[in-house]
Amino acid sequence: MLNKYPLWKTLLVLVIVAIGALYASPNLYGEDPAVQISGLRGIPTDAATLDMVKSHLDDNNISYASIVMEDEQILARFRDTEQQLRARDLLDDNIGDQYSVALNLTPATPKWLASIGGTPMKLGLDLSGGVSFLMEVNMNEAINKAQESLIDDFRAGLRGEKIRYRTVKRVNDAIEIQFRNAADLASAESFLEKQNRDLLFQSDEDSLTLSVKMTEQKLKETREYALQQNITIIRNRVNELGVAEPLVQRQGKKHIVIELPGVQDTAKAKEILNATATIEFRLVDTDGDLSAALNGRVPGSSQLLRERNGQPVLLKKRVMLTGDHIIDAGSSFDEYSRPQVNITLDSAGGSKMSNGTKNNIGKPMATVFIEYKPTDRVDANGNTIFEKIEEVISVATIQARLGKTFRITGAGSQSEAHNLALLLRAGALIAPIQIVEERTVGPTLGAENVQLGFQAIMMGFGLVFLFMLVYYRAFGIVANLALGANLVMIVGVMSMIPGATLTLPGMAGIVLTVGMAVDANVLIFERIREEIRAGKSVQQSIHQGYDAAFSTIIDANITTLIAALILFAVGTGPIKGFAVTLSIGIVTSMFTAVIGTRAVVNAVWGGKRLDKLSI
Amino acid sequence: MQILKLKETVAFMKYRKFAVVFSALLMAASIFSLVTNKLNFGLDFTGGTLIEVGFEQAADLNEIRGIMSANGFDDAVVQLYGSSRDVVIRLATRADVKAEMLGNQVLEYLQAGTGQNIDMRRIEFVGASVGDELAEQGGLAMLTALICILVYVAFRFEWRFALGSVIALFHDVLLTLGLFSFLQLEFDLTVLAAILAVIGYSLNDTIVVSDRIRENFVKIRVGSPEDIINTSLTQTLARTFITSITTLLVLAALFFKGGALIHGFATALLMGVFVGTYSSVYVASSIALALGISKEDLIPEVIEKEGADQEQMMP
Repeated sequence: MLNKYPLWKTLLVLVIVAIGALYASPNLYGEDPAVQISGLRGIPTDAATLDMVKSHLDDNNISYASIVMEDEQILARFRDTEQQLRARDLLDDNIGDQYSVALNLTPATPKWLASIGGTPMKLGLDLSGGVSFLMEVNMNEAINKAQESLIDDFRAGLRGEKIRYRTVKRVNDAIEIQFRNAADLASAESFLEKQNRDLLFQSDEDSLTLSVKMTEQKLKETREYALQQNITIIRNRVNELGVAEPLVQRQGKKHIVIELPGVQDTAKAKEILNATATIEFRLVDTDGDLSAALNGRVPGSSQLLRERNGQPVLLKKRVMLTGDHIIDAGSSFDEYSRPQVNITLDSAGGSKMSNGTKNNIGKPMATVFIEYKPTDRVDANGNTIFEKIEEVISVATIQARLGKTFRITGAGSQSEAHNLALLLRAGALIAPIQIVEERTVGPTLGAENVQLGFQAIMMGFGLVFLFMLVYYRAFGIVANLALGANLVMIVGVMSMIPGATLTLPGMAGIVLTVGMAVDANVLIFERIREEIRAGKSVQQSIHQGYDAAFSTIIDANITTLIAALILFAVGTGPIKGFAVTLSIGIVTSMFTAVIGTRAVVNAVWGGKRLDKLSI
Repeated sequence: MQILKLKETVAFMKYRKFAVVFSALLMAASIFSLVTNKLNFGLDFTGGTLIEVGFEQAADLNEIRGIMSANGFDDAVVQLYGSSRDVVIRLATRADVKAEMLGNQVLEYLQAGTGQNIDMRRIEFVGASVGDELAEQGGLAMLTALICILVYVAFRFEWRFALGSVIALFHDVLLTLGLFSFLQLEFDLTVLAAILAVIGYSLNDTIVVSDRIRENFVKIRVGSPEDIINTSLTQTLARTFITSITTLLVLAALFFKGGALIHGFATALLMGVFVGTYSSVYVASSIALALGISKEDLIPEVIEKEGADQEQMMP
């Protein structure tokens, strides 16, 4: 019989729409104000912490709706924001130095729904309010540093092998080692080549130089490492900010996206993110002549730097230890109540420090603070040029052979010591970074955007609904059912996909889909009308109409999908949101408009003798 | 209900010479406007800082301009945004101030200068290099989209249709860009997204028409290619109109209800839908016709069975 779906097919359509509705339903429940507590710097969050938080709240008569531990975080929900704010302040005062205490809004999804993976849609920053940063890693500096460390390695290696060399220096993007004779050159080449298989060696017998270059592979690895290290460090820094659900993600080859929902005070965030500082420990050149150096005759192995008060210091170029070995740093007071910074190193750093200091006890060691400040100049490749500012922040006498833990005194006032510790703790970057894009959306604008987007969807939906009803009558109702199901399914799929974020352009995408989704039905219905006009029976016409329109609908939608997917691939932030809703909308609308409406049409009109059709 | 009751085939193609002249004129005007007026690129592409603030009472733009220039920002562009209490301040990238700190600084100046409680609605800062990159990516995205679509349509239909529809898309994009240039509307990332959506929409229309032309070439045995194209256009006209109406309805909703941020997006799509509807009727089909589309090009080849011709040789 024509136009009858088997029962299973009708049921399948119903089940798919029901699943869509089920996963869309968490969006109907609101959000609870909550406080999220997580340990800083590897401090564990466990049952003991949970009890501690509970007792703090109980002692101060702050009532909470629930308090649970999930994913090594403690989440306390409150009935109103007043209790939430009080709890945050209280907890921050009491345990804030060890734990990050952040305000959050957690979805009030019922347990049974959450247990099957039901979550509401994630809102983009333009809807929830907050700040997003795009940071650029200075890759030139990353390569420079890698080359500098190679130069150190070469010097040490050649010295160790007792191969005599004249100079090791950087020439453009290569390192050139000068030798005194051809025999040294040959043995150096074979020795270094064996040690560094990822470098390209080229020797020139005439000028007795060995030129070393990094392979493309090695350059790529170095850049990749710089990016990864920056991401790790930024994650740590962001955690220190105490933001609920921050996002730190790479974008392309040298960019990092940071999203901090709900953050209003962007100045503080920027200060912490922007502080691209690193620390180097170096020996003071006590043999060098400071006054000669001041007149421009600086020994080749030394460098003239200044302390904060302008006092010149002559330092050895050789770096004893770089800041990336620092695991932890904190500030406290020494026995004379002077501020001090306590530093803990990783084991490699510990042995470096131990080797570097064992023969230099009693000699002065300088802590050099290096800051990269972005300038407005750009190089030929369009990368920002950074200015390197080196400053000696302390000169301290090495009292003993230093190991994994040691302390620096004389870093200035207590707050300076505290700041220094914070910077050290957050890690030291091998390549400086810079904020190249910032978008901050205030909470009022965010809420307004949600409201506007919602209104536009409702109004667009209502207008199309009315139009279809008037124009196609009974079949219009069917198309409208499909439209409604489509809207529910878009929301359902958006909620199901973990990475999908709803943005304002995304809402525009939903509105657009509503307008375009009926196209499939218009195609089908117009075709049915044509067939009826051509004198075919009602059942024939319905059958033919769906059949003939099908390939057109597929072709038309696939091409739109191509445009949407390309938009998804190249777009960022809000634009990606638009591409996501558009793509999802295209797929769901094909389902509801072709299969969904057919199920309804077949159930209502199918298999009956009809002379007229309300279309 | 029916909007169009067409009893006879409309001779669309009869007017195609006018359409060619009309389109060519509009395209030339768009190119002229793009060359002379250029596009009014938004912050996303130029780089710079934008600060949107909400005041408690209607904002006095002159007062704000005064505060800005008193603090050394003579080049600040101060405009109302959406309502009389919303103000947008645009600043170019500067050498002497750390650009990423500018937004917060300006907020402080305004707070101090007006004595009002100011609501920070939005701060956007885009570095110059990022803007260049985005512009490059955007252009690349459009080009990739056009090429992918060309390949798909050529694969599914015929190269004449593919070329026709891609030229139609190019036509639509150019006219939309031309309108933005002529009216000096701000061209930002959301507008770029809208233009890609226009590509999708216009193509949708063109495909529906092409599909019907292909079908009719196979079904209708008599008539010149021009007649068949006319018949196909007439048959799909009702659908073209209705889909345009529903799309225009939702775009109107976006335009009037979506807020200032979505305005450019809605404008680009409104323009795109108008042009796209026209181009699917005239541009794509006229080009296919001009390129000499014929019945033979569209009737599917009959694949002969292997060895089918050998049978005849057997006794």
